[in-house]
Formats: sequence, structure tokens, C-alpha cells
Amino acid sequence: MIRIKLTASLLSGVLIFAQSIALAAEVNIYSARNEALIKPLLDRFTQQSGTQVNLVTGDADALLKRLEIEGDNSPADLLLTIDVARLQRAQESNLLQPVTSEILINVIPESYRDKEGYWFGLSLRSRVIVYAKDRVNPEQLSSYEALAAPEWKGRICVRSSSHVYNQSLVASLIAHDGIEATEQWAKGLVGNFARPPQGGDRDQIKAVAVGQCDLALVNTYYLGGMLHSELDEEKQAADKVALFWPNQGDRGAHINISGAGITRSARNKTEAIKLLEFMTSDEAQVWYAEQNYEYPIRPGIAIGDTMKQWGEFVADRLNLDQLGQYNAEAVRLMDRAGWK
Amino acid sequence: MSTSVVTTALSSSLNRRIGIHPWALALVFASLTLSLPLIVIAGSFLIPAQDIWQHLLRTVLPEYIVNSLVLMLGVGVMTALLGIAPAWLVTMCRFPGSRLLEWALLLPLAVPAYIVAYTYTGILDASGPVQSWLRAITGWSYGEYWFPEIRSMGGAIAMLSFVLYPYVYLISRAAFIGQSICALEVARTLGCGPYKTFFRVALPLARPAIIVGLTLVLMETLADYGTVQYFGIAAFTTGIFRTWFGLGNSAAAAQLSALLMLFIIILIYIEYWSRKQQRYHHTSTRYDALSQEKLKGWSAAIAIIVCGLPVFLGFLIPVGFLIKWALLTYESVVDQQFYILMWNSIALAACAALMATVLALFMAYGKRHYSNPITNSAVNISGMGYAIPGTVIAVGVMLPFAWLDQTIDHLFRTYFDISTGLLLSGTLSALMFAYMVRFLAVALKTVDAGLTKIKPAMDDAGRSLGMKMITLMRRVHMPMLRGSLLTAILLVFVDVLKELPATLILRPFNFNTLAIKAYELANEERLADAACPALAIVLIGIIPVIYLSRSISISRPGHEYST
Repeated sequence: MIRIKLTASLLSGVLIFAQSIALAAEVNIYSARNEALIKPLLDRFTQQSGTQVNLVTGDADALLKRLEIEGDNSPADLLLTIDVARLQRAQESNLLQPVTSEILINVIPESYRDKEGYWFGLSLRSRVIVYAKDRVNPEQLSSYEALAAPEWKGRICVRSSSHVYNQSLVASLIAHDGIEATEQWAKGLVGNFARPPQGGDRDQIKAVAVGQCDLALVNTYYLGGMLHSELDEEKQAADKVALFWPNQGDRGAHINISGAGITRSARNKTEAIKLLEFMTSDEAQVWYAEQNYEYPIRPGIAIGDTMKQWGEFVADRLNLDQLGQYNAEAVRLMDRAGWK
Repeated sequence: MSTSVVTTALSSSLNRRIGIHPWALALVFASLTLSLPLIVIAGSFLIPAQDIWQHLLRTVLPEYIVNSLVLMLGVGVMTALLGIAPAWLVTMCRFPGSRLLEWALLLPLAVPAYIVAYTYTGILDASGPVQSWLRAITGWSYGEYWFPEIRSMGGAIAMLSFVLYPYVYLISRAAFIGQSICALEVARTLGCGPYKTFFRVALPLARPAIIVGLTLVLMETLADYGTVQYFGIAAFTTGIFRTWFGLGNSAAAAQLSALLMLFIIILIYIEYWSRKQQRYHHTSTRYDALSQEKLKGWSAAIAIIVCGLPVFLGFLIPVGFLIKWALLTYESVVDQQFYILMWNSIALAACAALMATVLALFMAYGKRHYSNPITNSAVNISGMGYAIPGTVIAVGVMLPFAWLDQTIDHLFRTYFDISTGLLLSGTLSALMFAYMVRFLAVALKTVDAGLTKIKPAMDDAGRSLGMKMITLMRRVHMPMLRGSLLTAILLVFVDVLKELPATLILRPFNFNTLAIKAYELANEERLADAACPALAIVLIGIIPVIYLSRSISISRPGHEYST
């Protein structure tokens, strides 16, 4: 077995060596964004720049662990995640390095990137309320906070608190309202659940459509995906619900980012920065919006009809650091509140 | 005195005094290497995990434990029900479709559990076709009627049982086939009816094998993450990942995994104890072909239902819906890349299956011939990885590999001023190693069960005829072990084909498999798109399943003599 392993590793070593000779410029990515939602963009980058891009995808925390264990010898140049808390966790674990780029600083609004340049946002994702068109009058809706009110008893669906989207949302509430108020809120919300948390965001939308509940908390792009699904039942379900932007009277709707940071061990720093710059270009930003209904990180990018229909919205200006900072606190709070 | 003489003298004196044979030594070394990841995980207790344990104990840990126990109990009972009765029926009886069902009963093995969970949810959910149809014909609206909730503990037990029962079926069927017809005939002549023969003779004789199958099922249940996570059940694995990802505390997560190992040690001990209670070797040397009873009328219909139901639930329904979805999406999903994925999956699974089986053979023989508490526990420990979630194993594999790489790198830098970088980490060899840690148990249990059936008297007979160990293995053991070896290869092949978390995190750059593709799309809640890769996994898995099934029929005792 040992001999086989040696031969295999020698072979793969030779292969990697051969690859690195064949293509001078390359960049290696660990990505929590899955292949289908990143590869086409990377291929486009390779076409334009001639830089070979190597990709491994996986769960963010597992990738972080791999980066951490591999240490200074890690081949990864770029870490891509789909939420800001993980970027911060990487920064705190000393896995990223700060970089400067005129382009990135100019195009990405300050609140969507790290001040020192450890990480940069690449697209925006908002968590909103969807409601059953036939049973809920949108005038009854106002804010995340109001979802804990007794009038919604047995009418709300949401996925498990194990999911980072819920953790980030609760972290933002902790940042705005404080721990105690948020815990009270979470207890109220749990009391309003129509069923124990289960399934993914699309499942919550389906549950609203069929009448299991009247409201659900979901990320906007799942609704976009369902409206254009190959499955008729998904399309029909999506047509029965509407999107509501919470907290428009005050701080705005909860925002998270997908983003990236250059690893501390990066050997292809220049190429990695170029790739980041490409990902904030018009072309790439339009692609995000078209492929996955995510909002562009920079203002002034044209978005498709589906997203236009959802309308303009006020986004929460909370410093994104806070989402990472309160993540663990949010999980404990949800444990205490009985949010499964 | 030359050194070789010294070493020979030393090893033989070792052999004599403490009874350590080189084979046993190699065995202990191999299992130590394989348990490195587990040792790393257990070692996490040395790292303080702050106040997290208090928080966990006060809030969610009791629930994790209770839920995992309920899940294991449910899956254990249900797989036993779904697996044992069909195994007996197809072995002992002949009824319309029995030939077909004999191998079809293995098919659910090829379907990943989380894919079954996603498909059944799509079908039985409130917005799915079944309930929509129900509402359409009755005019009820949601909430006015009762319908079982698929995303529940009951649902999770059902999903896992649908795909895991083949382990019980496969192993108990092999046991029934291997039973000497004499014992059964004696029972019949003593006045036992068919039911009594089954419950009083055949079932107790097959008990060790059935328990092996159940242990595999329960270990797989403990390691499952995809299904429980999707159904929102707070089981032990959910807890591990929640602590790691959510609370950001990987030390506490590793400690939870170590706690999970305690579960497994208890499980292994129960299995060991139950096998020790009785030693089953057939004392008769007469192995006649089993004469199968022809069933007619009602009894045939019942047999068809009992054997058909598991196939229907675990295979036909989910695969039917996968096909329906795949037809909608194959044009956008199946491209040049897709064939590369298929090839990667097959190559990886085949390599791992062969390696695991050879390793298992080596260890099972070691245990048979140099059995002592040390070798026995070494073998037991190296099988523990089967119940640990793949992601946790992966971290346990990465740490020692990275340490080795860094040490080599450091040496080369110091003495040759060359950086070797990461030689093994992030290559397929690390992944293969993880597969061995995770799946050796499957191969080991199967091979070991096969070897146990060969009674020691046969070895003695062979030896007394002047056979050497090697000849004995080749001429006597191999023909008798053929079925077990094939079973081991197939089970590991299919397991690796479906394996996700370790592959996901340990793979090299730009290396994808079907399981990864299916998972990524399903995780993005694009079920229809995930259907094509999922279906491909099933189709590739079916081929060896059918082949295996045929060879087991051929390996029936008495079969070779009658043909």
C-alpha cells in the first residue's frame, strides 16, 4: 500500500510540476462557492488573461481548516466564500494577507470590503421576507423585529439555525438591538414557527405557496432561481409568493456578501489580485446577477427583469465585521431560544 | 556473528517468548497507521475548548444523544425487517420473480442516502405531486387532512433504512446460502415447520452474520450528515458541524467526534460479545445444493410483496423520479466534463475497493492465525473510522500528512536549500488513505465473516496433507472466500462512489467526481440539475451489484459439485 501511495504521489507530483512548467501564470483557489456558480467566470478570465485557474470547492470551514493545516506551504492563493463571517474567521486565524489595489478600492463601496484589504466583497445577498400573496397584506409587514409579534403565531417558516444565513441575520440583530432584546425576539419567533425548521430556502418558499405557513425568511436569489426553474411546480410555487424588503423605514434589509481574500501563503499574488479585479468588472457583475440573481457589489450595473420587479431597496449599512464578530454568539442564542 | 543471524535469532526469540510473529507485527503497524486520524481526533481533548461544553450540555447535547440513539434503534429494526425476510425467501423458495428480486434487492445500495432524502421530499412534501393530487381530487386545502411529515425522525429512519437494508440482506443471504442443508433438514425431520425452522435454526445460525450487517448499518447511520441535516434533526453529526462551523470551535467539534467514537466502541463491543457467545462452524461436511421450495398462490404473492417492497421503496421510486428530472435537465448538465467526472469516480472507487480488500484480507488472516488481544483490538480499532463523518476523518488525515510534508520540507530546506512544498497533502494519496480509514471496516467485516465460516479443521486437514500456508490459502480458502472477497470489493466500490465529504475536502485541484457534482447542485437546491449526476452514480453502482449477485449464487455450496 505504501508503495502504491508513493508512486501515486510521485506521479501527481510530476503532473503538477509539468503543469506549472506548461503554464507560467496560474492562480489557485479554494472556493466555498460551488463550481457551477464560479467556473464559467474563471474560464472567461483564463480566456482573457491566459492565466490558468485551478479550483477546489468545498464547505467554507473545511477549506479554512485545510488552509490552516497546510500552513505556509499551502498552494492556495485565494479563498472565496459566500458569507462574510467566514472571511473574518480566516482573517482572525491569520490565514489571509492584506493587499492594495486601486481598482478594488475604487469600485467596491467601503462598507463591503475590509479597511485594511484582507477581504473584498464580490456580490450582495439579502435575506428578506416572502409572503403568500393571497393571505397576507404587505401592509401588515414591517421589520424583522415585528416577526416576533403574536399575530404571526404558527404562520412563519424558516430553515435550521445551523445555516450560516440565519446565523448572520441574527448576528446583525444582535449588533443593532443587543443580545437580550435579540434573545427575546428569537424566542418570540420560534413561538411563531409553523413547523420545526427543516429543508432549504426553496422549501420554505414552497411551504408558503402551499399554505403550510404565510411568511418565510429566505435569500432573494432562491426566489429568482425558482421563478426560472425547469420544474413547473417550483415556478408555480414562486408565482404564489411575493417579496418584502424589511426595515425599509429604518436601517434597511439585512445584507451579506460573497467575497474573497488573498491567502497568507499566496505565491501568485499578482494573478490573484488580477482575478479579483476581473470579478468586480462589469462583465462579471452582470453575470452574477444573470446567473444567480445576486445583487452587484458596485452601483450602476444593469440587472435583469426578475430583479427589477423586486424593486429598489435600502440595504443595511451595518459594518460587515460585526456579522462575523457575533456569529458564535448568535448560534448560542438560537440554541437557548430553541431554534433548531 | 553477522547481523542477519542476530536479527533472525532476535525475531525467533521474540516469536517464542512473547509470541509476536512478523505478520502480527505488520498488522499492528498497519492498524496503528490507519488509526492515526482517530488518534488525532481523540487527542483533541488536550486542547481546552473554553466554556462550550457547559453551553452544549445545558442546551443541545442531551437532544443530540437521544436523537442519535432513536435514529439508530429505528434504522436497526427497520433494516432488519427489510433485509432478513427477503434474504431467507429468495434463498429457500422459488416464486415468480424470485430470480430477478434476488439481485434487485441489492440495487438501493447504489443510491446515496441524501439523494433518496431529497427525492422523497420532492414527492411527499406538502407541495409535492402526491399531496397536490390529493388536494385536487378531494378539494381539501393544506391543514384539513393528515399526512405524514417526511422531514421528521420517522422520515429519516425510513430514508436511511431504504438504502442501508442491503447490507443486512447481502450478509444474511450469504449466511443462509452457506448454511449446511443438513441442519435445516434435521430440523424438518424433527418436526419443525418452515417457520419454526427459520426462527429456531436458520436465524440463530445466521445471527453472527446478521449482527455484522447491522453493525455496518448502524455505523453508517451514525456517520450520516446529509439526511439528518436536510430533515432538520439535531443528531450527533449535526452537533459536530454546528459546533465547528457555527460556533467556530473546531477543538470542541473534534471532542464531540471523540465522544462519538465512544458510541462506536460500545457498538463494536456488543458485536464482539455476541459473536463470542457462540462459535458457529458447521460440523457437517455435507454441503448439498439447497433445494428450493416452490411457492404458489397466496404464499407466492406474499413472498413477492415482502421481497418487492424494499426494491420498490429504495430503488424504483427514487430512481423513477430522478429519471423524470434528468430528462428535463440532461442537455444542460451532460457535457464533455461529465464523462471526465464519470471516469474519475470509477477509477477512484475501483482503486480504493481493491486496496481495501487486499488490506482486509491481510488483516483478517493475521487475526485468524495470530489471534491475541493485541491483534484483535488492533483490527477492531482500524474498523472504527466507518462511523465517523467523512469531514472529521478528512481533518484527521490532513494533520499527519501535513506534518510529514512539513518535516520533509524542513529537512530539504536545511540540507539542500530546496523547498519540497506539500508532497502528499492535497494529492490523491491522501484521499486514498482517508478512504481506507473510513471504509476498511466494510471490507474487513465481510472478509472476516467469510473466513470465520471456514472451520479450523479444514486448515488442519490441508496442513496434514502437506499443504503450505500459501497453498492452503490458494487451493482451499480462496474458492471458499470468493463470494466474501467480491462482496467486499463491491461494497467499498459503491461506498466510495457515493462518498462525499472526504473527497470534497481532500481532493487535488480541478478534480471532480459525480458525487461532488450531485451534492453541489442539490445543496444549491437545484434538485432537477442534480438528477443527472445522481443517476450516473446509481447506474455505475448497479453494474458491479449485478455481477456480484450472480457470483454469490454461483458460490453456493454444492453448486460447484452439481455442475
